[in-house]
Amino acid sequence: MSSDSAIMLRRNFKHTVRNPVTVFNAIFMPIIMMLMFVYVFGAAFDVGGGDYIDYATPGMLMLAIVYGLSATAVSVSSDMTKGIINRFKVMDVSRGAVLTGHVVSTVVRTAGAAAAIIGVAFLFGFSPSGSFLDWLAVVGLLLLVILAVSWLTVAFGLAAKTVESAGFFAVPLIMLPFFSSAIVPADKMGPGIREFATYQPFTPIIESIRGFLAGAPDTGQTLAAIAWSLGIAVVGYVWARSKFDKRA
Amino acid sequence: MTSSAITASGLKKAYHDKVVLDGIDLDVRAGTIFSLLGPNGAGKTTTVNVLTTLLKMDSGTARVAGYDVATETRKVRSAIGVTGQFASVDELLTGRENLQLMVDLHHLKGGEGKTVVEHLLRRFDLAESADKQTSTYSGGMRRKLDLAMTLVSRPQIIFLDEPTTGLDPRSRRTMWNIVRELVADGMTIFLTTQYLDEADQLADKIAVLDQGRLVAEGTPEQLKRQIPGGHVQLRFAGAAQLGAALRVLTDATPDEESLLLRVPSDGSVKALHALLDRLAEYAIDVEEFTVQMPDLDDVFLSLTGRSSATAEPKTEVITK
Repeated sequence: MSSDSAIMLRRNFKHTVRNPVTVFNAIFMPIIMMLMFVYVFGAAFDVGGGDYIDYATPGMLMLAIVYGLSATAVSVSSDMTKGIINRFKVMDVSRGAVLTGHVVSTVVRTAGAAAAIIGVAFLFGFSPSGSFLDWLAVVGLLLLVILAVSWLTVAFGLAAKTVESAGFFAVPLIMLPFFSSAIVPADKMGPGIREFATYQPFTPIIESIRGFLAGAPDTGQTLAAIAWSLGIAVVGYVWARSKFDKRA
Repeated sequence: MTSSAITASGLKKAYHDKVVLDGIDLDVRAGTIFSLLGPNGAGKTTTVNVLTTLLKMDSGTARVAGYDVATETRKVRSAIGVTGQFASVDELLTGRENLQLMVDLHHLKGGEGKTVVEHLLRRFDLAESADKQTSTYSGGMRRKLDLAMTLVSRPQIIFLDEPTTGLDPRSRRTMWNIVRELVADGMTIFLTTQYLDEADQLADKIAVLDQGRLVAEGTPEQLKRQIPGGHVQLRFAGAAQLGAALRVLTDATPDEESLLLRVPSDGSVKALHALLDRLAEYAIDVEEFTVQMPDLDDVFLSLTGRSSATAEPKTEVITK
C-alpha cells in the first residue's frame, strides 16, 4: 500500500471512531439483531433440529457484514461532494489512495463486527464442530466477501449524487440477508421469495460458512460463494474506479 | 519581478451547449494580486478550475508558473495552492489534524512538519481551537484553516476563489490582511470576488468577467475612472439654493422635485475639499451631503448596460 493510502486510511479510521453512529451501526446493531433473533424469535423457528444459534450464526455474520456499509457509502459521497476531493486532487495525492483508504478501513471495521458476532455467539452457547482448517476457510471466505461488498459500497458512494442519497444506496444490500437462508432455510419461504432466496448471492455464502462451521464443507455452495464474491468484487472495483476517474 | 505567473489565451469552456468561458486572455505578473471580478455565474470558478488543472478547457492555452496546464499538470499542481469557494476542511478532524494531514500528504519530515503546523496555527490565530473538531469552527475560522492548509506546501501561486463570500466584516478584514501578507512574502495571488471593494482593496490588477468574457481590465484606479457611478449628492433647503449651486457646478444633474443635485466625483478627499470650497466661495447652503461610490452594480451597468442582479443565476460547476 502506498504511503498516501496509509495516510488516507488513518484519516478514515479517525472518522469511524469519531462518529458514534457508525460504530453503533457497524458493531452493536448486528449484536442486538442477533440477540433478538436468537432469544426473542429463535424458539419459534424450525430449522430442522439443532440449536438455533448454531443455525443462525453464519447468517448473523452476513447481517453484521452489510449492516455497517451505509456509513462507508455516506463517507465516500461526502468526500466527493464537499471540497476536500479537489484539494486532494490539486495536491496530486496518488490516484486511488482515497478509495483504498475507504476500502481498507471498511474491511477492518467490518471484520471487527464479524469477530464481535462470533465472540457473542460463543458466549450464548454457539458450538461449532469445524476443524482449524474449516475455520481458516471461514475466515478467508469472510474476508473475500467483506472486500467485495466494500468495493461495491464505495462504488455506491461514488455513484450517489448527494450525501443524503448515498446511505440509501446500501439499503438493498442490507435487506438481502433477510431474503436469504440467514434466518430461516430458504425452502420454508413462500413461493417466489423461496426461489429468490435460493439463487441470490448471500445464500451460497451463508450455506458454505454453515458447512465449514458444522465440519461438513459443501463444495458446490463454496464454489458458488467464491464465484459470487469475486464477481461482486470485480464489478464493485471497476465501477468505483470508472466513477472516480469521472468525478475526480 | 516582471515575469508572468499566469498567462492564458483564448480559454474556452462549455458544458453541453452552455458556453461558460468564451475566450479568456489573462496575464498575471508574479508577486502581485490579480482579481477576477464578476457576479455569480460569470465563470469565475470555472476559470479557477481550468487554471488549477481541475477541469479541462475545450480550447485555448494556459501556463501557470511557467508550465502548460494541459500537458504539465503535475508540475503545475506542485507550484500552486487552491482555496475553494467552499472551505474544504475535514470536519471530523481537528484543526491541527487537518494541517497534519496536509503535512503528511506533502511528505514533510516529522520535525519540520510539526514546526510548520504550529507556525500556521499561530499565524492564523487558530492555536486556541487547534484541538477542537472543525465542525465546531465558525465560517471565518474555517476559511482561515482552509488557507493555512493550502500554505503547508509553500506554493508560489495561490488561487483564492471568493475567499470572503459569506464572512462577517471583521473576518473579511482579517482575510484581507492575510492576503496582503502573502504577497509581501512573494507569493502571487489569483483572487475571484463579487465585491468591488474587495478587489479595490487588494488587487494590483482587476479583470471584470461577465458571461464568460472579460469586459474590462486594468488597475483599480483605471477601472474606477471608467465608471461614472461615483458622485456626491447634495440636498438643498429650497429651489433658489439649488439653482445657485447648479450655476456653479455645471456638470451636476439636478432633481428639482426633491431638491437634489448629483455631482460626479471620484470621492477623494481632495475632490471633496474642492467641491466644498467652491460652495463656500459662493455662500451656498447645503442641507445634506452624501458621497456615493460605485459598487459592482455600477460597474456592470456601465460596462455591460445591465445590472449584475439580472445576470444569470449561479450555475458554476464545482466538481465535474
